[in-house]
Amino acid sequence: MTDVAHAGMGDARAALSRTADVFLMLWRDKFAFVSAAFLLFVIYVAIFGPSILPDGALTMNLRARNAPPFDLERGWVYILGADNLGRSLLARLAVGARYTLLIAGSAVLIALVIGTFFGLIAGYRGGRIGTIILQLADIVMSFPSLLLALIVLFVLSPQVSNVVLVLAFSRVPVYLRTCRAEVLEIRERQFVVAAKALGASHARMVFLHILPNALPTLMTLATLEFAAVMLSESSLSFLGLGVQAPAVTWGLMVSDGRGYLATAWWLSFWPGVAISLTAISANLLANWLRTVLDPGQRWRLEKRGES
Amino acid sequence: MGRYFRQRTLQSALSLFGLIVLVFFLARLTGNPADLLLPVDTPQSVRDEFSARHGFDQPMIVQFGRYLIELTQLDMGYSLRDGHPALDHVLAAFPTTLLLSFWAMLISLTIAIVTGSIAAWRPGGLFDRIASLISLAGASVPNFWIAIVGVLIFAVWYRVLPTSGTGTPLHWVLPVAVLFIRPCGVLTQVVRSSMIAALSAPYTKTARARGVRTRTVIFGHALRNAMLPVVTVAGDQAAGMINGAVIAETIFGFPGVGRLLIDSIMFRDFAVIQAAVMVTAIAIFFLNIGIDIIYAILDPRVRHG
Repeated sequence: MTDVAHAGMGDARAALSRTADVFLMLWRDKFAFVSAAFLLFVIYVAIFGPSILPDGALTMNLRARNAPPFDLERGWVYILGADNLGRSLLARLAVGARYTLLIAGSAVLIALVIGTFFGLIAGYRGGRIGTIILQLADIVMSFPSLLLALIVLFVLSPQVSNVVLVLAFSRVPVYLRTCRAEVLEIRERQFVVAAKALGASHARMVFLHILPNALPTLMTLATLEFAAVMLSESSLSFLGLGVQAPAVTWGLMVSDGRGYLATAWWLSFWPGVAISLTAISANLLANWLRTVLDPGQRWRLEKRGES
Repeated sequence: MGRYFRQRTLQSALSLFGLIVLVFFLARLTGNPADLLLPVDTPQSVRDEFSARHGFDQPMIVQFGRYLIELTQLDMGYSLRDGHPALDHVLAAFPTTLLLSFWAMLISLTIAIVTGSIAAWRPGGLFDRIASLISLAGASVPNFWIAIVGVLIFAVWYRVLPTSGTGTPLHWVLPVAVLFIRPCGVLTQVVRSSMIAALSAPYTKTARARGVRTRTVIFGHALRNAMLPVVTVAGDQAAGMINGAVIAETIFGFPGVGRLLIDSIMFRDFAVIQAAVMVTAIAIFFLNIGIDIIYAILDPRVRHG
């Protein structure tokens, strides 16, 4: 089908067939397909879940205190059980998904933009400015990120925005170094040298020739980082220095349930499952992306379906 | 080689200084310890006296200058909690964390090298696929949750392991387990991909064509070359152990640096925070030097270049 589509070019159809190609490649890697589907499901739940589920996340129902899971007596909302105040765990997981994804997503985005910006400068300009930028990145990297975040969050109040900023700040060097390394390599390629010889401006060089070629690697990295940042966020919440109630993230739910471990294990168990599955999915998807975006590896996914 | 190490040391010293500045001022921004440590109804004169005794009434830059001067004399100040030297607190807690990290790292590396090598022998085979999935899961599951599930299963349900404290070897099982899982998952993946590359390299093919025994090819030729990226990642993971140690030590009541740091942050015990950060950073510095040396031993290009 790819041949037919390519024959009848037309920009819209070409774009359509490219989307179809990507979808086919995703379908062929079953792990990646399930991961992508699961991530979409989590995003769907985060956006629409809280409004679909009948207000179980905040209303307390003292008769349902620590209700065990898989007990349909109180209705399907309580399928995963209820917490120490009788709030449905399923509904709280949905609200938690919203905060967890929002925090991890924004932190990744901010770090990606800032890191790429400085990485472009360090790689393209080089020289003394490049050295100073790298040196600063090394200082941030040389210290365990969790401790840095703990100290900063103890100074600033642990609001959602501060948590996002701290997480973003500690991950900037990762993008910065990767972006710089990519730029250094791309800068030497024939077409870039040719563009330079033709008198392309710096802006044109960076944004038209270098950045688009560095972007695939950075996107793969961002997917990987999403899992890492989500884990950091949950660690902070768990230690009590992440977001505070009434905001709720999965990490905070694990922490809250710790006191009831002996009597109601499900309070800590389900949010941990949610974190793990989401992180595993993001990692699997990143692995797939790496294969797809690497021309030397891509045939593995393209070939299998044709035979 | 000598020039490289000099440069490296200078760079690390710069990083360390940046860190000291950062931690010093950040810690002081958290508020005046006098408000936290003294009872609410303490008269103002007593508060002032307390601040003056610990130098908190001075301008921050003066406090910082004095801190730097004392630092050159290896004096890291005194704990606000019990008046003992801050360095003593840290040095008392450090061996516990070091031992915890050592065991976790040793187990991770052993499992990762064995599993990763076997998986790389037949990429895409059944063993490889199972190992890849498990290692990926290991790298993705939050360690505090593993800790909680571990406590639930082994301490609450089966009562075979203690929940907190130190003493018997059994007390070490859960904390080490919590610490080793993530590095082990990450390292297995690195060993696998690096071994796949090494096993398909021309020198490996030559060795096999010449009839060298399989075992010698894997462990003598391929593994040695595949170890370079593994050493780098293992170094990063070892430095990151302190992150895991904070979690593990908090949950299991382990008297290590991680818990000392958390307690000191909560208590605004500035001197101890600074000393703990300092000692940790120096430890990571020596770790990196060690990694460089291992690298030089493994790779002649680094040694002679």
